[in-house]
Amino acid sequence: MKPAPFKYHAPRSIEEAATLLASLDNAKVLAGGQSLVPMMNFRYVIVDHIVDLAKVEGLAGIRVDGGKMRIGAMTRQRDLEFSPEVAKHCPLLREALCHVGHRQTRNRGTIGGSLAHADPAAEQPTVCAVHDAVIEITSAGGRRRVSFAEFAVAFMTTAVESNEIITAIEIPLWPAGHGYSFHEFARRRGDFAIVGAAVLLDLARDRTVRRASLALCGVGTGPLRMAEAERMLTGKRFDRAVAQAAAAAVKTITPVSDIHASADYRRHLAEVQVFRALRDAALRCGVRI
Amino acid sequence: MATRSISLTVNGQRYEREVESRLSLADLLRHELALTGTHVGCEHGVCGACTVLIDGRTARSCLTFAVQADGCEVTTVEGLTPATGELNVLQQAFQDQHGLQCGFCTPGILMTLTELLRDNPDPTESEVRDGLTGNLCRCTGYAGIVSAALEAARRLRAQQGS
Repeated sequence: MKPAPFKYHAPRSIEEAATLLASLDNAKVLAGGQSLVPMMNFRYVIVDHIVDLAKVEGLAGIRVDGGKMRIGAMTRQRDLEFSPEVAKHCPLLREALCHVGHRQTRNRGTIGGSLAHADPAAEQPTVCAVHDAVIEITSAGGRRRVSFAEFAVAFMTTAVESNEIITAIEIPLWPAGHGYSFHEFARRRGDFAIVGAAVLLDLARDRTVRRASLALCGVGTGPLRMAEAERMLTGKRFDRAVAQAAAAAVKTITPVSDIHASADYRRHLAEVQVFRALRDAALRCGVRI
Repeated sequence: MATRSISLTVNGQRYEREVESRLSLADLLRHELALTGTHVGCEHGVCGACTVLIDGRTARSCLTFAVQADGCEVTTVEGLTPATGELNVLQQAFQDQHGLQCGFCTPGILMTLTELLRDNPDPTESEVRDGLTGNLCRCTGYAGIVSAALEAARRLRAQQGS
């Protein structure tokens, strides 16, 4: 047996789960287990208690209401990937999910689990970053809502306290027909991104950029919004030169060098991926550059 | 010791066991239920050798605690073989197309392809390759595995059609 011993709890309601977390020392929440369990197997994580959310009522599901999509934290990635509602209202998420692990891991892995784990190369937090998602967090003391910008605190660290549970992700939707694209470079499909880029684009009929949202993964401590590139795009008539200039602007990032890629190579990839994502997002608005 | 009693169905047979919380489903299958067809490679969710179906969906049994499978229906490679003891269509295609050499990764790959062919009876080669990214094989270079998957798909479709 790989992990250190722990006591397993399978609460049926969110109240029960929150009460358990409030009373137990050194406890961790188990969602899909596709990141936590490997860390437990390696004994990077040693806990006394595991609170499994799988049997908690009402934590999985997708609801679209008032221009927002509310996704229950325990919704499995595979269910999001094949949800007609996601495909219709938040197609960037669907495209990003195709890069998330493998089918066997997406069958188990959840969106809430990915957010809580907060791997800097992860795709789902990057989608939350460009969509300005709001994360609903529950504890025995009640509920609070945190903007994604405040949620991602530092390297693999979120605003979720040890007695709290991510219960839902609320994604403000973009207008129907908006452009979107997720591009990623990894050694092999399903591997961690060396660099990935997410783009949302709202173009007027005359190609004027009404709104643009860009983020990178794999280059910082978490998803990085590219505010300067967004500013350069907004209000401009979208063409190849504008897209190239915005892509070039992301080269100001200071990524790490590691065994997978040098900082210079990551900067190069960032520019290439952002350009491709902008090009493909525009194509989805019927604009070819 | 933190233990818990669970009951689950594996390949149609119901089991009740008292297990340690930290016991993986893979170790339950192999050590407690003597179903050693499920192989354990990396034990951290990378190699795919331990892939089984949980309620009809593939999962890494090294990343699932046995307690999480309480109340679930699990299918392992042993569950693929018809009662007559012959190979099933997919397994036969593996034999015919040289889809294995050492055979260590094969049980996981068979489970992955069982789900893939169930959901997509007429996959392209690229879909098969994409479906196999979660399973590592260090012998075959995947060529025989991909041919076997496509051959099995053809035979299954022919069976359905007849």
